[in-house]
Amino acid sequence: MSTQLPSECHMFLPKSEFQLLIDLLRGDGFTVVGPMIDQEAIVYDEITSVEELPLGWTDRQEPGHYRLQQRDDDAYFGFVVGPHSWKKYLFPPLTTVASAQKTDSGWQMRTPDPETTKFAFLGVRACELAAIAVQDRVFTGGPYVDPIYSERRQQAFIIAVNCTEAAPTCFCSSMNTGPRCTSGFDLALTELEDGFVVEAGSEAGESLMSRLSTQQVTAAQLASAESCRQQAVDQQSRQLDTEGIRDLLLENLEHSRWEEVGSRCLGCTNCTMVCPTCFCCSVEDVTDLAGENVERNRHWDSCFNLSFSHMSHGTTRNTITQRYRQWLTHKLASWHDQFDTSGCVGCGRCITWCPVGIDLTEEVAAIRNDDCTSETGGTA
Amino acid sequence: MSTVTAGTPATDPWLAQTVRIAGITDEIEGVATYHLDFADASAAGSFSFRPGQFNMLYLPGVGEAAISISSDPLLHGTLDHTVRIAGQVTTELARAGVGATFGLRGPFGSSWPIDECLEGDVILVTGGIGLAPLRPAIYELLNRRTEFGNVTLLYGARHPFGLLYSAEYDDWQANGVDVNTTVDRASPAWQGNVGVVTQLLDRMPVADPERTSVLCCGPEVMMWYTARSALGRGIPKERIWISLERNMNCAIGLCGHCQFGPTFVCKDGPVVRYDRVSQYLRVEGF
Repeated sequence: MSTQLPSECHMFLPKSEFQLLIDLLRGDGFTVVGPMIDQEAIVYDEITSVEELPLGWTDRQEPGHYRLQQRDDDAYFGFVVGPHSWKKYLFPPLTTVASAQKTDSGWQMRTPDPETTKFAFLGVRACELAAIAVQDRVFTGGPYVDPIYSERRQQAFIIAVNCTEAAPTCFCSSMNTGPRCTSGFDLALTELEDGFVVEAGSEAGESLMSRLSTQQVTAAQLASAESCRQQAVDQQSRQLDTEGIRDLLLENLEHSRWEEVGSRCLGCTNCTMVCPTCFCCSVEDVTDLAGENVERNRHWDSCFNLSFSHMSHGTTRNTITQRYRQWLTHKLASWHDQFDTSGCVGCGRCITWCPVGIDLTEEVAAIRNDDCTSETGGTA
Repeated sequence: MSTVTAGTPATDPWLAQTVRIAGITDEIEGVATYHLDFADASAAGSFSFRPGQFNMLYLPGVGEAAISISSDPLLHGTLDHTVRIAGQVTTELARAGVGATFGLRGPFGSSWPIDECLEGDVILVTGGIGLAPLRPAIYELLNRRTEFGNVTLLYGARHPFGLLYSAEYDDWQANGVDVNTTVDRASPAWQGNVGVVTQLLDRMPVADPERTSVLCCGPEVMMWYTARSALGRGIPKERIWISLERNMNCAIGLCGHCQFGPTFVCKDGPVVRYDRVSQYLRVEGF
């Protein structure tokens, strides 16, 4: 836990010295995770060298569309966000939460030893910082703290990267989460042609910055960084009107638009898998062949799965329409009641990775344009 | 490192305690009460619960099921869970005998607002297995009987053989709980009421509705009709409490399964004030 530092302490890190950042973190015992190209997408995985970063590549995104494209420059971070988010490290897709062993005196229960892996995340965007802050509230802000998330989170070192471009699917400005990284990082980088303007956001970040081969930043470099960041603001075209959105959605639960979007939705769960804040999961038992050693494995689940609301006497949400309504009203409405924040950070992943290109900003706008509040009201 | 909002909990919420079946009472068809002892005496000593709360019963290799605690909160040591065979966990539990061990996490969730019923009349409305989560409330009302006005139990079942805990009714009646039962389908020997339980509420005198509380547990449609009847009798919506049921997987508000609008049934419920959820109760598939 570190004190927030004033943002004035900027330095310039030449690209020739960029590798040292990874080397220092690895030397400090961190597993460094960053963007890399895999299966024609920019994903997050462990890296040891800056050469593994997607140098000179960008992503082209539209509803239901994602393609990589070669840039005409050598930018390391000249793309937006891909299908992965950092939640796969803080809230692993599959993990063991408990185990049971059968002994002569009956079943013995255990929970796993504390995590020892320390992650350093390189290339966290402003919307992703916001997503981590949202999941902090979910997993550590309530009466019960998730031990796995909490341990991984406390040890994580975060190197943010300011976006210098926006995809047509981005709407972080609407959600007040970006594109500028303002808090929640140890270091933040803004990429210029020959290096990075570096800013420390914590004492740990300042300490690491002092060990880098940085130079005094010039006024021209600062101005250039500002104009690059402004480009990401100016390029944003997509918007979500969040005014009164909680009541708008919860008071329009019988709106005809739900049936309409339900008829297009495939119920494939892609939106929830790529969402950096979706936290739904299930714990299931896996046993050895003798049935004497049992692991309780937690895996990501989705409110789009039929089984998700299953009870022994019936399933609560039987139709895709009901499940889409659950997802959207949770994300944009009831999340406010539960965690005092929206569940959406405006990253646009759910729009890009929806196979049929469903766009939540369009769905909200359709309900807003035909708000039937006066017709539904309270039923009791 | 970057800011985190809270620290590590003192105990891991995923850690189950080992419990042993000390006894099994067959109740009605397909329903039995399991009397459970903690294997670890210190776990037994530190366990206490409020009426309406539930435990996650964990059968290794099968999974967990959320089951209400149905014993007297004053009795420490053995915990009762009345279980209907319904899913995989409860089916497997029905095969377990006295002495078998399994896991228990809990207690979880909100409780019946007994202290908010002080000095007023209390009406408990329930049906079938729904009496199980209300039985600890009945015990607590009996334990503190002088602190309340009239206490009335309205209880419905499909048929006379479906009435749970029937051996205790005389005792409850003798100690100040007015027990009223009804069945959907009477047997030849049945001398009592026939019809849905909400009719008992429609018919009973409510002398001081402003100070009457309703505690209700049953299917959502039954609770909605109960609330409608209670509101019609002048009972304030703030005094009507219901117990919700949803798929529960983690019981600690971290898995998302049990959501009912803004409510996590596992940690904000299962017992909720009616007016806080009423707008969602009749929304199909919500």
